[in-house]
Amino acid sequence: MSANGWLQFVVYSLVLLLTVKPVGIYLARVLEGQRTWLDPILRPIERLTYRLCGINAEHEMNWRQYAFAMLGFSAVTMLVTYIIERAQAVLPWNPQHLANVGPDLAWNTAASFTTNTNWQFYTGESTMSYLTQMAGLATHNFFSAAVGIVVAIALVRAIKRTQSDTIGNFWVDTTRSLLYILLPGSVLYAMLLVAMGVPQNLHSYTSAHTLEGQTQTIAQGPVASQEAIKMLGTNGGGFFNANSAHPFENPTPLTNFLQILSIFIIPAGLTYTLGRMTGSPGHGWAVFAAMYLLFAAGFGTLYWAEAHPHPLIHGAAQTITASAPGGNMEGKEVRNGIAESALFATITTDASCGAVNGMHDSFTPLGGLIPLTNIMLGEVIFGGVGAGLYGMLIFVVQAVFIAGLMVGRTPEYLGKKIESYDVKMAMLYVLIFPLIILSLTAIFVLMPNVGLGTTNNGGPHGLSEILYAFTSGAGNNGSAFAGLGPNWWYNVTIGWDMLIGRFLMIIPVLALAGNLAQKKSVPPSPGTFPVNTPLFTVLLVGVVLILGALTFFPALSLGPILEHLLLKSGQLF
Amino acid sequence: MTTTATLPVPAHAHEAQTAEHSVWATSIRFTLLTTLLFGIAYPLVLTGVAGAVFPHRAAGSLIERNGQVIGSELLAQGFASDKYFHPRPSAAGNGYDATSSGGSNYAQSNAKLVQRMQGDIDKLAAENPGRPVPIDAVTTSGSGLDPDITPDNALFQARRVAKARGLSEEQLKQLISQHTQARTFGLLGEPRVNVLELNLALDQLAK
Repeated sequence: MSANGWLQFVVYSLVLLLTVKPVGIYLARVLEGQRTWLDPILRPIERLTYRLCGINAEHEMNWRQYAFAMLGFSAVTMLVTYIIERAQAVLPWNPQHLANVGPDLAWNTAASFTTNTNWQFYTGESTMSYLTQMAGLATHNFFSAAVGIVVAIALVRAIKRTQSDTIGNFWVDTTRSLLYILLPGSVLYAMLLVAMGVPQNLHSYTSAHTLEGQTQTIAQGPVASQEAIKMLGTNGGGFFNANSAHPFENPTPLTNFLQILSIFIIPAGLTYTLGRMTGSPGHGWAVFAAMYLLFAAGFGTLYWAEAHPHPLIHGAAQTITASAPGGNMEGKEVRNGIAESALFATITTDASCGAVNGMHDSFTPLGGLIPLTNIMLGEVIFGGVGAGLYGMLIFVVQAVFIAGLMVGRTPEYLGKKIESYDVKMAMLYVLIFPLIILSLTAIFVLMPNVGLGTTNNGGPHGLSEILYAFTSGAGNNGSAFAGLGPNWWYNVTIGWDMLIGRFLMIIPVLALAGNLAQKKSVPPSPGTFPVNTPLFTVLLVGVVLILGALTFFPALSLGPILEHLLLKSGQLF
Repeated sequence: MTTTATLPVPAHAHEAQTAEHSVWATSIRFTLLTTLLFGIAYPLVLTGVAGAVFPHRAAGSLIERNGQVIGSELLAQGFASDKYFHPRPSAAGNGYDATSSGGSNYAQSNAKLVQRMQGDIDKLAAENPGRPVPIDAVTTSGSGLDPDITPDNALFQARRVAKARGLSEEQLKQLISQHTQARTFGLLGEPRVNVLELNLALDQLAK
């Protein structure tokens, strides 16, 4: 580790901190239907959208209608993506004449992008046409991000409302998220990326004649427009196979800094939105603090692990100097070095982004443990746009419940009594996640040809590859121990893994929202556990860690932890 | 604002029913409209604007010599001859394949990784005895197209290139230091040398 590496972390933290309040206020204004400075341009488009789609913007929905609209929209967009993939050979903007995508891969990819996962069992530059990338995949980067935001906001609104049957209008919330948050952010961001080197064109691939007389075919395309929303919407699906490690997606240290900032900017801002919309700014900051502590701990561990030399290599300069990053550089880019790669890997798995600027599969065993653990904790460390906030609010309900048990009172949260139904919904959310991950991993490990047949590494790391895949799918992250190869079984099963991890977990969240909105507000009493104190932050961190660790520690000890111990004793596979 | 008095809204149940009936219709119309806006209009408008404002960047930062594209300044290309500086080893396709980017995805505990690295280290050590081999010279990058090497790696190769070209090592050290990019704002990323640009400068030097 180096002083410069830590300084990059500190500067990143400060810049992120400065964005929280202004972004949070803007998000609240958009989602509460207030005026913004973009109204002159966007308000007419918003009205036109409602008219063309037959949306009554005044209509309020109960939680079931809200969930039904969310599922309907997701199903239709998923179908459109599947059709585009299956027919891309006859559709326009396919200068490389790429063939139609096979049915199992098209299913996997459509599920992947619909669920904000962006798990990619394909090499983008040799599989997907420009039309598929733009209208089939990048659209979902907008849609799935908007769905995440609106579910979180519906929950926050429900906390604020009293004795209400309704939690908002799904179409209005989605339209406003798309038009006022994601579109302007992406346009500005994409132009910045082009200025710094990210391509944006519809040309066929360029054939270059290299200095030594070889031919190099250079894949490119409409990269910047996809890259911007890929990061801002915590989607993570790269235009190219190498994702943000590819110099065309992430050409400089400055683009790298922007990318990691843009992963956290909306999720971090949403903590302020929470405080503002519920009239309890201190609570928003307490949640922010819990997330930040977990983020810092993850980065410190990952950076420390990756700065270590390989124990069995001799004769190479593996220590850090002023002119060489040292450490574990397999799968990492020189311009990012160890520190920026560790920072990126921590952030992309704290959030549900899943973009990578270095290959997690080649991390040291303990370095690879951190991304896996971050996803297993539920991606609540800032988390995906919206998904991180509603995930963390589920843990807040658990924390308040546990605090209530300790003092023997009915728990309250921001004036709402937390009762049996609420805790059941919160527990359902927490239980679905490990249930699918661990059972699917176990099944695939027991299938020698299908499950173990496509791992790239032997020994405990092979198990880690499979465990990572189902964790990343259910967590809607999309990063991978990418040595694991696709086959029909993985395509189909991880497709379901992602859909269950998204929609089966959103439904209890909306049910909880519907129930909270109906309740009366009770004034705080001396027995109320305050949710805006450092004590609350510590309790929340504890609940996240204990629930996650108790569930997944046995599996982790057979994967990365065992690999670490064996490697230290000189064992290779 | 004046509005004519409307009839009282019919039964609540009726409104809820039509709302659920229209979910599919609304979903389809909303999907078509937003796909046109975000999937077609957004990338096409950006393509037009980006091509007009930043034509070189938007087209992939291509380098031309005598009207012929020789590569992109952002992507590594293969160099094997002793007369050129070599980029990092590549796991993209069969090496430096810009249509098949990616890393080796070897785990640290994979015997193939240790064999490959140790083999490369021993080969390079023979080229420049007594000096530890820079780690980036024996590790594949994440993309397989990493255009950069560390300044240490460039200095390590200077002896071989100098010998092959009949230049002094001192001249090459100067060239390397001219082509070393510092950290952005003295803070972000790592110092680096772009191999293709360095090799182009090397060819200029020879003329």
